[in-house]
Amino acid sequence: MLLIDCPHCGPRDETEFSCGGEAHIARPLAENSITDAEFAEYLFWRDNPKGVFLERWCHDAGCRRWFNAARDTVSHAFLEIYPMGSLPKTDAGKAAYAGSWRRKTASEAAAKPSSAKGGKA
Amino acid sequence: MAESPDRGARRLPGGKPKYSIFSLLRNARSYHQNWQRAWRSPEPKKSYDAIIIGGGGHGLATAYYLAAVHRMTNIAVVEKGWLGGGNTGRNTTIIRSNYMWDESAAIYDHALKLWEGLTQDLNFNLMFSQRGVLTIAHSWHELREMSRRVHAIRLNGIDSDVLNPDQIKKLVPMINIDPSIRYPVMGGFLQRRGGTARHDAVAWGYARAADDLGVDIIQNCEVTGLRRKGNRIEGVETTKGFIKAPKVGCVVAGHCSVLGAMADVRLPIASRPLQALVSEPIKPELDTVIMSNAVHMYISQSDKGEMVLGAGVDKYNSYAQRGSFPVPEHMIAAAVEIFPILSRLRMLRHWGGIVDTCPDASPIISKTDVKGLYFNCGWGTGGFKATPGSGHVFADLIAHDRPNKIAAPYALDRFQTGLLIDEHGAAGVAH
Repeated sequence: MLLIDCPHCGPRDETEFSCGGEAHIARPLAENSITDAEFAEYLFWRDNPKGVFLERWCHDAGCRRWFNAARDTVSHAFLEIYPMGSLPKTDAGKAAYAGSWRRKTASEAAAKPSSAKGGKA
Repeated sequence: MAESPDRGARRLPGGKPKYSIFSLLRNARSYHQNWQRAWRSPEPKKSYDAIIIGGGGHGLATAYYLAAVHRMTNIAVVEKGWLGGGNTGRNTTIIRSNYMWDESAAIYDHALKLWEGLTQDLNFNLMFSQRGVLTIAHSWHELREMSRRVHAIRLNGIDSDVLNPDQIKKLVPMINIDPSIRYPVMGGFLQRRGGTARHDAVAWGYARAADDLGVDIIQNCEVTGLRRKGNRIEGVETTKGFIKAPKVGCVVAGHCSVLGAMADVRLPIASRPLQALVSEPIKPELDTVIMSNAVHMYISQSDKGEMVLGAGVDKYNSYAQRGSFPVPEHMIAAAVEIFPILSRLRMLRHWGGIVDTCPDASPIISKTDVKGLYFNCGWGTGGFKATPGSGHVFADLIAHDRPNKIAAPYALDRFQTGLLIDEHGAAGVAH
């Protein structure tokens, strides 16, 4: 049983939470100008590392708010819990963010506001 | 329906020397101390025509069919631990083919037809027992949906029957059909051709037959890298050195994303723990397999007498080969109410395995962008039943570098085209 430290409610049993999977997947804004293969990166392709994984959790049976976490998928240890919309601050979290193959994908490039101009309405 | 050209007793080579009543008697005289080795433990050669990564049931089946059907005998299976020590030895051994979609019916029934002749093919007792698989419904909605699914399954030529609670009670006297319980038994559907097999024997039987055909099975040899030259695979880096091969098939279940990353191949897979447990052994009580969608529970009785119970998949990614306790706890709470005699049993062992779950709950049997590199993964919570079919079609893909009719729908590009095989719920168990 994991004890998860909800940033709003404090430590609670894992049964109160649901896991929302990989964090930091941005929806491509230029969705009309990217290929189906690139859109699949956003829709289906998932990072699945053995080690530090950045993921989203929701405190379903508590405050019902979402938060991000850096968790080790081998030891299950939570290394960092940080708010939605922000990036990890610990070294392990930063390395996991920068090291993810998703940073190099076309779908993530197409999620930047500047890329939206390329798309047709 | 899918044809099974390679099914049938003793039509395939491999699996010598024969085990028989005579060899049993002969070896009894020396207290079973002098049985021949079932397979060799060779050192890896410098190069092979093909390498299969992963010595579980699917990987060994692939190697066997490559050698037996496609006559590729200069091949190796590379396994980081011992044969069948991963999910092959951790599952609940259930075999069925009652899937709803045509693509699923084709591959799972192809597997079931191979199962039916496999003990003879391999000359190795797989203890394959077609004791029937009963899936029970706990609500009117589930029952109606089940009837609809049964019609779809029967249209594909796969046996399936809807049963009412009284018929279920007759089949399984230990079940509680009181309508007032939390998960009341309101009906179910039965595939009589379904059943169980001994999971270790499946790995051993395939290994023995493949070895007999000249396949090198290399255990305790972990793959540490996949070497690419441009867009081609060159071979695998292992703890026993580099092994060259123009074709590499990856059949590593939970670790497929880790292996894919070695060659910059991305997969839509999430690795999750799946848990199971067995009770202390009791006298024969349950002679069929019972599954529940809503609870995510499977139960059968092993030949040793243990009640074998499988639980649902955990909700977060993990490579730890252990699960969180609330998952089996939820399953046991429901199981004890549906089968009250279980409340008196003690749990003997409890374990987890890491399964490769796919967004559409269907497997991936596919070429990749890297020429010569193939993946067979994504079987998630239900790979054991498919072992022979999976190995058979994957061997065909590797040998000919193009998928056959059964494997074609399972290519990776379905996540781009949108032609998913959505077996969530439709599969007869919530994945």
